[in-house]
Formats: sequence, structure tokens, C-alpha cells
Amino acid sequence: MSTSQAVDARSADPGGAAEPATVDPPARARRSTVRRRNLRTALLFISPWIIGVLIFIVYPVAYSIGLSFTRYSGMEAPTWVGLQNYVTAFLDPLVRTSVGNTVFYAVIAVPLGLVVALTLAIAMNQNVREVALYRTIFYAPSLIPAFAMSFIFIVFLNPQFGVFNRILNVFGGSNVNLLGDPTGVKIAIILMAQLGAGNAALIFLAGLRNVPKTVYEAARVDGAGPIRQFLSITFPLLTPVLLFNLITGVSGALQVFTEAYIVTNGTGDPDAGALFYMMYLYKNAFGFAELGYASALAVLLFLVGLALALLIYWLSRRFVNYDVEAG
Amino acid sequence: MSSMIQTDTQSVVRSKKADAETYNRRADGTRRPWYSTLTARVVMIVLSLLFLLPLYWMIASALKSDEELAQFPPTLIPRSWEFGNFVEAVTAMPFLTFFANSAIITVSVVVLSVLSNFVIAYGFACIDWPGRDKLFYVVIATLFLPFPVTLIPMFDLWARLGLVNTLFPLIIPAAFGSAFYVFLLRQFMLQIPQAMLDAARVDGASEWRILWTIAFPTSLPALTTVAIFAAVASWNDFMGPLIYLQDQEVQTLSIGLQAFRSVNAQDVSFNLLMAASFLVILPLLVLFFVFQRYFIRGITIGGFK
Repeated sequence: MSTSQAVDARSADPGGAAEPATVDPPARARRSTVRRRNLRTALLFISPWIIGVLIFIVYPVAYSIGLSFTRYSGMEAPTWVGLQNYVTAFLDPLVRTSVGNTVFYAVIAVPLGLVVALTLAIAMNQNVREVALYRTIFYAPSLIPAFAMSFIFIVFLNPQFGVFNRILNVFGGSNVNLLGDPTGVKIAIILMAQLGAGNAALIFLAGLRNVPKTVYEAARVDGAGPIRQFLSITFPLLTPVLLFNLITGVSGALQVFTEAYIVTNGTGDPDAGALFYMMYLYKNAFGFAELGYASALAVLLFLVGLALALLIYWLSRRFVNYDVEAG
Repeated sequence: MSSMIQTDTQSVVRSKKADAETYNRRADGTRRPWYSTLTARVVMIVLSLLFLLPLYWMIASALKSDEELAQFPPTLIPRSWEFGNFVEAVTAMPFLTFFANSAIITVSVVVLSVLSNFVIAYGFACIDWPGRDKLFYVVIATLFLPFPVTLIPMFDLWARLGLVNTLFPLIIPAAFGSAFYVFLLRQFMLQIPQAMLDAARVDGASEWRILWTIAFPTSLPALTTVAIFAAVASWNDFMGPLIYLQDQEVQTLSIGLQAFRSVNAQDVSFNLLMAASFLVILPLLVLFFVFQRYFIRGITIGGFK
């Protein structure tokens, strides 16, 4: 192997050890030669990723942009319509409804999801004997597929025989049909999503375990209580993982689909209350065969998603703390 | 030389194990009284009950008879214990066909994901080359791309290849890596001591050999994590099968169950649906219980930076 030969040559060089002061520049040059030779090997190793990016990202993004200027049913060749799809999108009342629903979802589900995930992560990080059991329990609902979780909620919230109404009755409330109300159905879907906070919680847990123990010990010596320790140490050091979870949370909220599809059996009703953006996009593409229009909707989602991710990243430079290295 | 590698490998894998023995000790080594963790325990038990509720309700509903399920107020513990519901659920729909399709997709995706992401992550973590860290930023950036923009062109492409209504569109992409798994594995593999890799190189081992003899055993916890994530994502995937699998013979459990419910929309037996759903998640629950320790270690050691 080329790499090992170069390293061998250096270690076998008796002159190098004798004159350490003069050997530095040639050694550095040799190192960069090694790195350049490594380039070929490394590119071979990462080649599946490079091919994947070209086929599964670059090509489809470019193709989507192209299709968004056409009318295309998937059968005949696409016909050029210019900006018409975008004009239609801005005037389409269902686009407005679906954007409203998605924003409603994101504004509540993303912050709530971060709080739930962080709470779970702190619970998963407690110093008790049976912590492995709690970790398993908190993560278990994340293993339940969205379709099964939706079935459970449909039974749970059933207006005639659901437990939810039984609980309301006990507290003196009367029966409600949460899934029959345009706002209620969104709230149900938001609550359902919270049970799947296990993945984000594990990422927070990874961050919690990377805070060096010595920092806490120092704080304890200085007389900081648990709340003070959380606010002054844990939280600032968690900001990098918070950033990660925030961006993935926003991105996931923009794409909310499966729960809404199952709960409403693909309709998005009542009153388009659960018609999220992704569901409307899906309906246009695979229900109405309006692939050109759906592509325009996809491009708009892409641009908004990208802009939000960049905005969050830019804002994060003010609050994300990279001071302490992983311990 | 080889024994040194082995010790180092084990120390990386087990570095967090010491934590387990310090659970009831203070930082200075003195024993804590049992009640110091009482509040934490109470909170965690309440949270646990809340998070177990959906699973419990699924099992309880699966065991109820039609009449009992339609009863108000609902019974908290099933009175009838209809284990026959599980048999009926499996026979009311082509459950075994759905199960086989899901299994073929999931096993293929797990194998391909573990192999491809491992090799890619090795290129990003263990080989030193110019431009490596800059290109890694591109990997991270693709993690945040909203994927729906690729949906229609990919469908169009698979349709042109005549592969819609086959399992291939759901399997083949796994062979090309995925940003999140590359990221996870890279973070973990950066912990492998560089000296260990260099020592093997001095001994004349090729990168390919180092990949399998040193990096692979060391990275097992992270590879387990990737395998579980990939298995759960693939087994539970709904949108992919919804778009690509239209005929019943090729459908998976997730859309098969939804289709069963859709077809019988007026009079769907939710106890059967719950019984079938429980059978769907059972393999994942078993998998997770068995590999739980590796899984959590794999994600928490590398860290997120």
C-alpha cells in the first residue's frame, strides 16, 4: 500500500532522528504527498456517497425545478407553461389552508417536541440502578409505526366509546369528537408526535453525556444548586445538539404526512383541517396526476425549508456554544 | 502488536461501562442515601406509565371482543381475552405476504445501509486527505435538505425503469449511504486512536484490511445503532410503499393494514387492526430489547458536535 511505504520510509530514515531541526520541512512535504496519495483511496471509499448524491439529490432537484415549469401527467411528454404553476400556487386557496395547517403544527409541535425530548433525555441520564429500563420505556413508542400509533389514537379518541371521553366525563366534561374538529384533529396529531420524541431524546442524551463531569464538580464546589447547574452549564453546553434537533424538528414539521393521512383516511378532513402541505402535494402528484404543479409545490417547500435551515443556523451563531470539547 | 489493538478496541467499546458501577455513589465516592433519588424515581415512573399507555391500549384493545370494544365506559382491563383475534387478524388479510415483503425490504436495507455507510464513514474518519472536512460539511448540509423535492423525479425515474410495483425502489437507495448514518458512524470512528491505524499501516496492512480488522470490531456499537435505525425506518416506512407499491402482492405491512382499514371503512374491526398492529411492532420491540445497550452506547459515545 502506498501509505504504508511512505510511513516506512520515514521511520527507516536514520538521518531524520539525528537532525530533528532540519528534518521538519521535508517531513511536512512528505506528509502532504501522503495525503494526496490518500485522496485516491479515500475517494474510492466515499464513492457510493458521491454517486448517491448525484442520483438521489442533484438529479432530482434539478429535474423538479425543470418540471415545475411544465404541465405533466406522467403519461405524455411535459408541456412548457412558464411560471403558471407558481401563479396558481399563490392563488390556490387550498395551498393557503395547507400552509396555515403546517405552520400551526410547526409552531406548537417543534418547541413542545424539544421540551419533551430534553425532559426525556434528563430522565434517561439519571443516576439510578434501573435507568436502562426507563430508557427502553421512553424509547418504545418511537418504535411504534405512525400508522399503528394513528390507529391507537383513533380508538382512544373515539367519540362513542373512547377512553378520552371517559376521562372527560369523570372530570364533568361531555363527549367531544376531537378528530371531527378541524383544530382538534391538528392538536391530536401534535400530541401523537410527542410520543415519538425518543429519537430526539437520544441525541440530547448524547449531548448530556458529553458534558465533562469535572465542570459539574467545580460548580458544586462553588455552591451551585441543580437548577443553577442546569441553566449555567448543561443548557449552554447542549446548544449544539439543540441546534441539530431544532433544524431536524422544523424540517420534519414541514413534511408532516403519515399521521394525518391515516387519521383522516387520506382525505385531510374535517374541513381540510388536517390537510398539511405535504399531503396536498401528495394529492396533486399521485391523486390528480398534476406532476408539474406538484413539482412547483415541492420546489417552494424546498426553498422554504432551505431558507429556514439557513436562518436557524445563522441565528444560532449567537447562542450555540462550542467552547468545551467532548470529554 | 495485535494484542495491543485488541485491548485498545475493547477499551473504546467499554469506556462507558464504568459509569454503571457509580450509580449510587457521589463524586467523592461516598454512598448516597436511598431517598436522594426518590423524586427523580417518582417522576420517571409517572412518565413511564404515560409512555407505556399507547402500547398497553393497543394490546388491551387487541384482546377485546367486538361488543366489549364498543362499550362505554370502556373496560380498562379486557374482560374476554380473545386471543383468537390474533388468528383472525392474520387470516382476514394477506398478512403473511405483507410480512414477507416488509421482511425482504428491511433485511436488505439494513445490510446495505450498514455496509455502505460504514465504508463511507471510514473514508471520512480514518483516512487523512485534503478537502476531507470541507466535503463532510456537504454531507451535513444534505441532512437538512427537504427530501420531498426529490419525490416526483425519483418516481418518474423508477417508472421509466419499469420498477414501480417492485421492491427495488425501496431497497436500492440504501446502497448509497445516508447523511445521518455517515455522520453517526464518523463521530464514533473518530474515537479510534489514530496511532492504532498508523501502526497497522506500518505493518503493511491495506486500508481495506484495516477497515475490516480494526475499524469494524471497534465500531460495532455504532453499527448496531445504524442497523436499528435503518430497520425501524424501513419496517415502519409508509410513504415509500404508498407511492411505489400498488398491487397487493408486493405491499408491506404498513400500507397493507391501512388498505385493509380503508376497504372496510364502514365496519372496520379495530380489535383486529390492533392485533395485527401489535404483530407488526413485535419484531421491533424484541430487536430493541436485545440490542438496547449497544444501541444507546452507539449513539452517545461519538457525540453530536
